Amino acid sequence: MSCCAPGAEMALDLVGPASILPSSQEVRLASRSLGDDLHQTDLSVPMVHCGACIQTIETALGKLDRVEAARVNLSTKRVSVQWRGGEVPPLVAVLGRLGYQAHLFEADTDAKDKTLSELIRAVAVAGFAAGNIMLLSVSVWSGADGATRDLFHWVSALIAIPALAFAGGIFFRSAWNALRHGRMNMDVPIAVGVSLAYAMSLYETITHGDHAYFDASVSLLFFLLIGRTLDHVMRERARTAVKSLSQLAARGAMVLRGDGARDYLPVGEIEPEMQLLIAAGERIPVDGKIARGTSDVDCSLVSGESTPRSVAPEDTVQAGVLNLTGSLTIEATAAAKDSFLAEMVRLMEAAEGGRAHYRRIADRVSALYAPVVHLTAFVTFLGWMVATGDWHRAMTIAIAVLIITCPCALGLAVPIVQVVAARRLFEHGIMVKDGSAMERLAAVDMAVFDKTGTLTLGQPRLVNASSIDAAMLAIAADLAAHSRHPYSKAISGFAVSSSQHKFDAVTEHPGFGIEATAAGSIWRLGRRGWAGWKARTGREGKHGYGGTVLTKNGMIVASFVFEDALRVDTKVAIDQLHNAGMRVEMLSGDTAKACAEVADVLSVDDFVPCLLPSGKVERIESLSRDGHKVLMVGDGLNDTPALSAAHVSIAPATAADIGRNAADFVFLRESLLAVPLAMNVSRNAGNLIRQNIAIAIVYNAVAVPIAILGQVTPLIAAIAMSASSLLVIGNAMRLRSSMPGSLAKEVRPSKRSEINELAQSS
Amino acid sequence: MTTLVYLIPVALFLGALGLSGFLWALRSGQYEDLDGAAERILIDSDEGAENATRSK
Repeated sequence: MSCCAPGAEMALDLVGPASILPSSQEVRLASRSLGDDLHQTDLSVPMVHCGACIQTIETALGKLDRVEAARVNLSTKRVSVQWRGGEVPPLVAVLGRLGYQAHLFEADTDAKDKTLSELIRAVAVAGFAAGNIMLLSVSVWSGADGATRDLFHWVSALIAIPALAFAGGIFFRSAWNALRHGRMNMDVPIAVGVSLAYAMSLYETITHGDHAYFDASVSLLFFLLIGRTLDHVMRERARTAVKSLSQLAARGAMVLRGDGARDYLPVGEIEPEMQLLIAAGERIPVDGKIARGTSDVDCSLVSGESTPRSVAPEDTVQAGVLNLTGSLTIEATAAAKDSFLAEMVRLMEAAEGGRAHYRRIADRVSALYAPVVHLTAFVTFLGWMVATGDWHRAMTIAIAVLIITCPCALGLAVPIVQVVAARRLFEHGIMVKDGSAMERLAAVDMAVFDKTGTLTLGQPRLVNASSIDAAMLAIAADLAAHSRHPYSKAISGFAVSSSQHKFDAVTEHPGFGIEATAAGSIWRLGRRGWAGWKARTGREGKHGYGGTVLTKNGMIVASFVFEDALRVDTKVAIDQLHNAGMRVEMLSGDTAKACAEVADVLSVDDFVPCLLPSGKVERIESLSRDGHKVLMVGDGLNDTPALSAAHVSIAPATAADIGRNAADFVFLRESLLAVPLAMNVSRNAGNLIRQNIAIAIVYNAVAVPIAILGQVTPLIAAIAMSASSLLVIGNAMRLRSSMPGSLAKEVRPSKRSEINELAQSS
Repeated sequence: MTTLVYLIPVALFLGALGLSGFLWALRSGQYEDLDGAAERILIDSDEGAENATRSK
């Protein structure tokens, strides 16, 4: 990192995702052509966070050959580079040298967010109209009459037309959509109220009447649009942040043709029986059978198995498996659309659980609210008709009822609470897909966790380092630095590599281990059966045939014990969930023994080992049939169907892309405390939403009788509406200042770092 | 009354000017990187100009 130096973690701090650099062919595949031999590549660089970063990156990339322009967007943490020519400039490598990790992401076809700019334009137009009409209305209320009042009314009517047509269009379209499908949403009473108010005011203006509601109808639109825009911004920010994470699926593969030619093809064009070349460190793109080569593969994302598996010719491998040590030639046995990944997508679609039927609180309330309001207005009209026989007066009063009950507070109350809650979660590195996810999370009573990659990091940790001779550990670390096998990484990460041992000819034997010669003796680090060939006939050792050892000339000098490292704060997080009255269960594809150890340490209530992806879904479905609302937390490809079967789901940032897309929440930091925190914030938000709805109902209980009695003038309507909106906004803001509940204490210590983060990111 | 005849158009015109200014800023991409704009002001201008585009 070139600037702002150590510990400069921002809100978007990533938990070290698999650090595989995208190859230049992948970059080429992800770039889009701007015509005239010009290409644009968008890279996500989550570590950018200050002016110096911008300058370093733009200067370094700008100096590269064939690069036309490089521009950093600090808000989205992206760099877009325009380059010419056939070959891709070494963008990712240059960024890596500067200390910035860069990821490719799905290139957007329509780069700009059309909905957001439409909403902001609508807010601007409605704000302009509301301001000016309010100004004219104030003069009318202060006593303008006769020709002046008529003039003001006419001017207001003219200003309101573009506002209704442009800003109101959003509500009219949505209301029409809902009605056409026989549903009722918040936009129906809004559309009806606003358009009737305008029509009635226009009639008043033409007949020189003294009450016009232009100000009410336009400022109503303005307030509601603010709520709508905030809601959209929240969802959009979470979506971009999740999209910017590194892509874990392979984008393409090197295909070996019969005549020896090599082509880099996108995954979609790979067909069965093609020969694919998979280098060490690459992910396998489609299901296949190994033709040549041996290696170790990491299946944790696919099956949940935490120990790497060694593979040899004739073994089958599934799409999504990571090739660790040796290069492999595989023969594809299925096209991408028939591969394991696609199978997961099908299961996922079949498993659409409670969320498909879930209706948001606001929609449920408005389904009751709208008919009641419209009925009240209609009865008022009939009542005044019968009482006075004056249809004009009856109509005016009925419309005043509609205006006063327009769900301004409701339309603003729910999104504001959710935006404030989402902001809180965002500061703690948790992304929320949408508001309904928070409402669903507040209702869960049972949490189900995946093991590998979720409760544990899926990365082995050396546990017996203290009992190993330090000199031997150093030798092992030097050897291990030559390999990318997870065990090697664990060893080299544990011991400080001294680099004082001069090894000649270090070779890696995929599936077995590393061999090196130094000063006439042969050192081997790897499987017991291979490295300790002299000891093989003797005992198998306490850790069995498969344990990892360091040998000198065939004699075992040190043996290593690994354990899957637990995610940070896992125990605390599970205790907090227990305290919150939740049952915690663990579902895993790993062996019963591995599961039992973890379950024991974490005091998980129950666990089910050796599950297939469909088994996880069945388990969740049977729990939901028993009346539980299940929260699923998982990261692997094999968890994806379960993530979408659950009532609500959370995934870590290290999850497979498809899992991240299926989950409602994504947390970016390593700590599992994100889960109870998200729960707590969601529950608080749920309480505030219910309070706000109660406030809105009380307001109506007071205002509606006044309106029915015909006492509401445009002035009273304007005051009542603004007051109720301010009240619910103020109530929503309480979520920011105070966090009632047990978690407040745990959150406080991080306050300082949170402030630093804010200072850095703004 | 006569003053209103020109005062109201003047007021509306000024308001509309502000509105169109905002819409123009929105369209020309000035709201796309608010954080970046705040930081870029700290980059030295001559160097910044060189970085922004380098044509060959």
